[in-house]
Amino acid sequence: MSAIFSGEQVAELLRECGFTHVVTVPDSTLGQWESAIEETGMRLIRVCREGEAWAIAAGLYLGGARALVMIQCTGLFESGDALRNVLHDWKLPIPSFIGYRSYLNQDTLPGDTCLAFTEPILNAWQLDYRLVKEPGDFELMAEHLRASLAAGTPGVVLIAEGKA
Amino acid sequence: MSSLDVLRRVRAVRKDYDIVVSAMGAARDWMALGSHPRDWVFVPSSMGQATALGLGLALARPDLRVIVLGGDGGLIMNLGSLITITAQQPANLFLLILDNGVYEVTGAQPTPASEAGRANAPPVDLAGLARASGFRAVYRFNNLDAFTQELEGLLDARGPVFALLEVAPVPDAPGPRSPGPAPERARAFMDALGRVDAKTRGPVDAKTRGREDAR
Repeated sequence: MSAIFSGEQVAELLRECGFTHVVTVPDSTLGQWESAIEETGMRLIRVCREGEAWAIAAGLYLGGARALVMIQCTGLFESGDALRNVLHDWKLPIPSFIGYRSYLNQDTLPGDTCLAFTEPILNAWQLDYRLVKEPGDFELMAEHLRASLAAGTPGVVLIAEGKA
Repeated sequence: MSSLDVLRRVRAVRKDYDIVVSAMGAARDWMALGSHPRDWVFVPSSMGQATALGLGLALARPDLRVIVLGGDGGLIMNLGSLITITAQQPANLFLLILDNGVYEVTGAQPTPASEAGRANAPPVDLAGLARASGFRAVYRFNNLDAFTQELEGLLDARGPVFALLEVAPVPDAPGPRSPGPAPERARAFMDALGRVDAKTRGPVDAKTRGREDAR
């Protein structure tokens, strides 16, 4: 299933926002954007498990780089303690793209419990997120990302996906 | 070896431009020896993430040496970070892992990698894991004199470098206490690192120059 945004669209937005690094674990949707992101000159850092992503992004930010975390909602579930520490203890404004598994259809995972837990967990972590679910929502994503960066807050873009 | 003795040796050779990341028991002992504007005392932390945070710093500031002081308990909580680090091959990242075989700050319970924490199985070879992950150099020390002799060369080598330091657990050791409000410390730390040129990823201000300039 294709992503609601193209890799070129996403990469151009990240470049325009001044990101230097994208720290990621791919899924079927986010992984489609990797080559376009790398083609802009941004450095892609592939991590083994999502908790690492927040700490690496924190180190990058402290060192003067600008990093985005790009992971699936399942990785959000896994990485709670790391994001709690980075975003809340240290108050580092690390933005993220979170893939919302099965939001658009549940063909491969009928009854996927990601639909039950993703948004409550984002709320529990007190994260300011915007759900984007169709190609026309690109500007909503861009605006939220720009606004979060300008405010120095850890904005999340929750990206609807169609399969695991 | 004691953790404090090891860290005294590190402090003696640490350069002003070095970033030192410390966590858990290593942070407690590192703080006991003094402070430096480029110390990132990772308290509070998410256990196991010191190596990952060190990687981020090393990639953002290739002109500085990044020394991570952690423990075996934290390392085994995030073994994947060894692979993530070697995938990036940061030449300026040095992991010094204090291996005491226990979760010291919670009451010295054995880790599942230590001999005491395993059911009739030998202890896990943490240095071997680092070697298999692709660190450029891997060291193992159980003797303070040998460590002291090798330390400066180890830190001058091309990274990523991994050193496992077998130390004795400290009985009834307390956990590390936060030395102050975390967000303020983050800002002070960033100030100490100085501004970075977006293109070269090097320092803008002369006073924050790194090791290439210091040589």
